[in-house]
Amino acid sequence: MDMKVAKKKLGLKDKYKLMTRDLGWEPSYHSKDELYPYMNYEGIKIHDWDKWEDPFRLTMDAYWKYQAEKERKFYAIIDAHAQNNGHLNLTDARYLSALKIFLQAISPGEYAAHRGFARVGREFPGVGPQVACQMQAIDEIRHAQTQIHAMSNYNRYYNGFHAFADQRDRIWYTSVARSFFDDSMSAGPFEFMIAIGFSFEYVLTNLLFVPFMSGAAYNGDMATVTFGFSAQSDEARHMTLGLEVIKFILEQDPDNLPIVQNWIDKWFWRGFRVLGLVSTMMDYMLPKRVMSWREAWDIYGVENGGALFKDLARYGIKPPKGWDDAEKAIDHMSHQFMLGLYQWSFGTSFHSWIPSDADMDWLAGKYPDTFDKHYRPRWKHIKKLAAAGTPFKNYGLARLCQTCQLPSVFTEPDDPTLTCHRETVYKGEKYQFCSDGCQHIFENEPEKYIQAWLPMPQLFQDPIKGDLGEWMKWVSLLDGKDNGDYAGSEDQKNFEAWRGLATTNQ
Amino acid sequence: MSTVFIALQANEETRPIIEAIEIDNPQAIVHRQPAMVKIDAQGRLVIRRATIEEQLGRDFDLQEIHINLISLTGHVVEDDETLTLSWND
Amino acid sequence: MTVAAIKEYLAVPRDRVENFHGKQLVYVSWDHHLLFASPFLLCLPPETPFRELVNGPLGMLLQPDPDAAAIDWQHVEWLKSGQPWTPDFDASLAANGIGHKDQLRFRTPGLNSLMAA
Repeated sequence: MDMKVAKKKLGLKDKYKLMTRDLGWEPSYHSKDELYPYMNYEGIKIHDWDKWEDPFRLTMDAYWKYQAEKERKFYAIIDAHAQNNGHLNLTDARYLSALKIFLQAISPGEYAAHRGFARVGREFPGVGPQVACQMQAIDEIRHAQTQIHAMSNYNRYYNGFHAFADQRDRIWYTSVARSFFDDSMSAGPFEFMIAIGFSFEYVLTNLLFVPFMSGAAYNGDMATVTFGFSAQSDEARHMTLGLEVIKFILEQDPDNLPIVQNWIDKWFWRGFRVLGLVSTMMDYMLPKRVMSWREAWDIYGVENGGALFKDLARYGIKPPKGWDDAEKAIDHMSHQFMLGLYQWSFGTSFHSWIPSDADMDWLAGKYPDTFDKHYRPRWKHIKKLAAAGTPFKNYGLARLCQTCQLPSVFTEPDDPTLTCHRETVYKGEKYQFCSDGCQHIFENEPEKYIQAWLPMPQLFQDPIKGDLGEWMKWVSLLDGKDNGDYAGSEDQKNFEAWRGLATTNQ
Repeated sequence: MSTVFIALQANEETRPIIEAIEIDNPQAIVHRQPAMVKIDAQGRLVIRRATIEEQLGRDFDLQEIHINLISLTGHVVEDDETLTLSWND
Repeated sequence: MTVAAIKEYLAVPRDRVENFHGKQLVYVSWDHHLLFASPFLLCLPPETPFRELVNGPLGMLLQPDPDAAAIDWQHVEWLKSGQPWTPDFDASLAANGIGHKDQLRFRTPGLNSLMAA
């Protein structure tokens, strides 16, 4: 009789060794420099790639198993959402503006991150980082797909979701996120890892996903909670990879420190600007709010970021150069953005609105030093204009920052009553910036940023030549449907009518 | 000493994991937020497979935690028995 | 500093004045008047008289501000590239030395209804 002998299960460390480093080989008919041609030009020195270790020791077999489980959970809820009138269970359809911004600007960023990690997974010579980057590349494309799929349920009922792919390339506010990822992908492999793996994933994504997804739960949006937490479960691994990358690079050679510090300075500020709109999503666009942007920053920026940079001080790393300016902007930025979005809402594929008196009281409570003093008077005046039948529309297009591409809505770090003006001249051309941080980034690599595709100046060039109607067609914006004030919009009317149908027998 | 944290989705699978973390880390503070549970600890947090198995009543592979993980901070060290988060300061 | 690259890295600026079909960009901003979320971007021929910029597109854009009607253009303080500057209202943008993508600012001391006291 055959006896079944239980095979001894491999320990995590042995399995990781077998499934990563032991899969590598030494090339014999090409040199390593030919195989990995982008390893030297950034100035980073690596002596021993085997020192790289994934702290989770995740191997491909386990990766597929757990990712499949995450997908099963995700689709169970997406099905339930579609079968149970999930589009009517929201607190209010105003909430959808936050989702529209997410779909137009952030989901394409997930896809860009997929391309970036697929590339660097090929370019690094070590097997550890190759495997980790390959997993992250697959994660990122999964995020793009699950987000688009989850939000397609809303596209069946509401405006503004239908042309996210065109808008990713053409509408003005999405160029902020697009240029951020294009900047990282056109950098070398090491800079890409510090940009996306460390600065974005480790220092900043908690601010995007954690409070925002909790907010989705508060606002009855199960579809977003599900893709959000499903994506975030991968982010924990990405963050750990980001931290591992920076330790690995710094431990390999002391000459790496100044290069890495420069990248941290640059990418913290780039990331802070690109995530700025999240402040408005949290403070203004969630009908039921979990916490303010300020409170989220205190937890995920000040406390976690502070702990991180205290820890990295042993390598000589300092907190990013823009850290203090970021802190000074926290109590202002969500209001500055929302005022901008409202007055330019003829050109956005989502709705904005004047906050109600109750919302303004909430904002005053969360921002006791800034809201009543600086922002309530402006909203009150805007409300008066709307009541008089002359709603405020600012047809003066905005000055965009040459680096971050955001409209220059920001004020001087120490004077919230004055717009921040910065300019520089390079090879006879003048360039405008929103902040010292963005000006420094430009001045470090001017040849890169003079190529920026800035949507506002672009509107006056070919093929649009300044015609706003043509521009709307070109960006697939349906005037009177996708854009403008939420009050009186089709989204508002439909949500109220359908919810009425769902709760009565009329 | 800086704070480390781990955040997990709030569901039936994570309930015993959270209970195990509370048993092994009496200093930890558990925050229950919409759809998620965030656990903060000063300096260090240890998650033990054996304690989770006791709470769960079945075998548990520590890597299963990835399915319901939302976020974490600190340096990660994982082997078959424990997953540890810590800051060096 | 230069861009780290594997070979020489030179680029062409995207927003050169030649791309604007005979026009140029000018940015204008009213200090301490933040009802307008950002400086205005105007696209005008360089032959435009300065007075026409002020009375035309700029004047129209400023209307929603409660202080707009009270601006005394004879006594406005101007800045160009952050430096005090006096425009000639009858001369063109070009003759006033206003180049492509220049930032003009103006100040109206004492006139700021929406600003915190």
